[in-house]
Amino acid sequence: MNYDIVLCGVGGQGGISVSVVIAKAAMAEGLRVKQSEVHGMSQRGGEVLAHLRLADKEPASPMIPRGAAALILSFEPLEALRYLPWLEADKGQVITATSPLKNMPTYPETEKVMAELMALPNKLLLDADALAREAGNVKTANMVLVGAAAKYLPVKPESLEKAIRDQFARKGEAVVEANLRAFEHGRRANP
Amino acid sequence: MGFETLMGDEAIALAAVHAGLGGAFAYPGTPSTEIMETLQELASRQKAGKLEGVAEPFAAQWCANEKTAYESALGSSFAGKRSMTSMKHVGLNVAMDPFVNSALVKINGGLVVVVADDPGMHSSQDEQDSRWLADFARVPCFEPADQQEAYDMTREAFDLSEKMEMPVLIRITTRLAHSRSVVETRAPLPQGGVKKPAPGMDWILMPAVARRRWHELLGKQAELRRMAEASPANPIAKADKRLGVITAGLARQYYRENLDDLVAARGSAPSHLHVGFYPIPEDKVRALYEACDEILVIEDGYPLIERLLRGIVAPGKKIMGKESGEIPYEGELNPDTVRAALGLPARRGLAVKELSPPGRPPQLCMGCPHADSYGALKEALKDHPLHAVMSDIGCYTLGALPPYNAIETTVDMGASIGMARGAAEVGLKPTVAVIGDSTFYHSGLSNLVDAVSHGTNMTVVILDNDTTGMTGAQPTILPSSRLEPVLKGVGVAPEHIKVLRAHRNEHEKNVAAIKEELAYEGPSVIVLVRECIEALKKARKA
Repeated sequence: MNYDIVLCGVGGQGGISVSVVIAKAAMAEGLRVKQSEVHGMSQRGGEVLAHLRLADKEPASPMIPRGAAALILSFEPLEALRYLPWLEADKGQVITATSPLKNMPTYPETEKVMAELMALPNKLLLDADALAREAGNVKTANMVLVGAAAKYLPVKPESLEKAIRDQFARKGEAVVEANLRAFEHGRRANP
Repeated sequence: MGFETLMGDEAIALAAVHAGLGGAFAYPGTPSTEIMETLQELASRQKAGKLEGVAEPFAAQWCANEKTAYESALGSSFAGKRSMTSMKHVGLNVAMDPFVNSALVKINGGLVVVVADDPGMHSSQDEQDSRWLADFARVPCFEPADQQEAYDMTREAFDLSEKMEMPVLIRITTRLAHSRSVVETRAPLPQGGVKKPAPGMDWILMPAVARRRWHELLGKQAELRRMAEASPANPIAKADKRLGVITAGLARQYYRENLDDLVAARGSAPSHLHVGFYPIPEDKVRALYEACDEILVIEDGYPLIERLLRGIVAPGKKIMGKESGEIPYEGELNPDTVRAALGLPARRGLAVKELSPPGRPPQLCMGCPHADSYGALKEALKDHPLHAVMSDIGCYTLGALPPYNAIETTVDMGASIGMARGAAEVGLKPTVAVIGDSTFYHSGLSNLVDAVSHGTNMTVVILDNDTTGMTGAQPTILPSSRLEPVLKGVGVAPEHIKVLRAHRNEHEKNVAAIKEELAYEGPSVIVLVRECIEALKKARKA
């Protein structure tokens, strides 16, 4: 078994904690994990990308080959499109938040971005910000996305919940609960 | 001892501590920064008694630049302690003098030099390959392929450094530095005590001694080559003779990623030599060449092994690599370029149909003080159609992009002041050097001394945000409050040092002050002060 995930978004959207949560859950279930992140200049509001590889034997490359990812989990719609060449053509899933982050003048019209996403074979577009707000804290949109991906991930939802608890434990019970609620709202959006 | 999930940088830091590290010294630089950050975290855990098996404290310090860091590590080795310095590839240029010369002294406590290269230039101004510099300095070099090797080779590097009495380089690249996997760790070793080198002249590189030491260094090369031939880090597996593949470091992982498909396509695995320890095991390279019909060399960075193999007189058989174009010369390796070089068809991904997603360049954070500083500087320069703004390395380099378009050069750490000075001395005026506080202490200060000495007509703008921002907000080597006394101390006239607050509310005042100094026919310094937004966030989190 191997399951490759491209996590993408814009610097500062919380991609790294998503990577950590899924990786921890996978390791708790005995899977081997390889994670790759981009640090430095690109973190300053540029496109950010993490590769997360889950497998029953150690993945070789830290980077996912093109055409191999089972899932693109994106925090921003244009960023989801950017990494389509990494997605397995027939079976690959795209889950993306729909709020565009337009921090450059060349950003295309939102309708065109959405049309491209709607034309994909396997996709889930969700207003992660709204769901996070509904769950009580708009800062937890990234955990909404984890929840929405839960049914595809090769790990049990309980393992993800435990990983969320571990990840946010030092920030206090209120933050843990907010993130768990966001995860739950995400799961309900993709039951 | 146990299993931990570690980034390459973290694995190296932990291995150094487990090897009995006495002192580590560094200047931040992507992708090497997390080595020192991890060492500092381990040092505070050690002090709190929470670092299992590590009884003694060790030094883990940021320094003014890579040269000073290297020299501190060298002194720590002189004192008999296991010592490490870590830097990005271009940092080794700054530390080149102590690096090359330290190969001639008789290293006492093990000295390990970790250099993180950045092929693909994710966060750098070139993609130079540090393996060449290890070769140039005649020192051995490890090139780990994964996090486990990063841990194991770091421990081994300390032993080798002491055995051979010479520095040992560890070369990593961005993708190893910043990816994580599970590492099995081993029991920590105790630190040795302070123990000076045996009496003698082995550390005094005056010509007569240096000639003797150079002779000894050259004499050690045969032993290093024997080690490289015998090293388990350089395994050779002869299989299918139609193709021989040579991989170096991380390239092996991209090769392995494609190996199942390759075997399926060809019916068997190619012959394979992997290189993880240098000097290049020439006999093994020759053996692979002789056993195979064709050779493919896969290495990240410059074609070091490939060039040696090609030589000047063509050896006859087909050699594939960067110089012949099967592997792209520019940029970093990835599983897809290696796949293509192996002759495998690309996997099928999806494509965007109508749109071509535009790039999203990095930019200054919302509320960044640099944005306000550039606003004031640009307005002040409006009256001077012929002017030059030289800049430097840091977040403020992003002032090159819209909407600022405020700077004209970025070359190396500290260059802004030297270049602005040189241009001014030959008649381009006004010239402005824009430099951050951390970069100023790194290499700007000595350029300012030149400007003061010659009374150069130029204005230095120091963007003082009291941090090294781009690499994740490490503290500047001296606090903000010390900058003005330093400027006065090197002899900038006090009335031409203006310390201002970098904020849009002060815009008019700042523009007026900059204009005044642009008009002054001598060296002047404007310090624009406001704390980095990222550093503030980080401080609030802590």
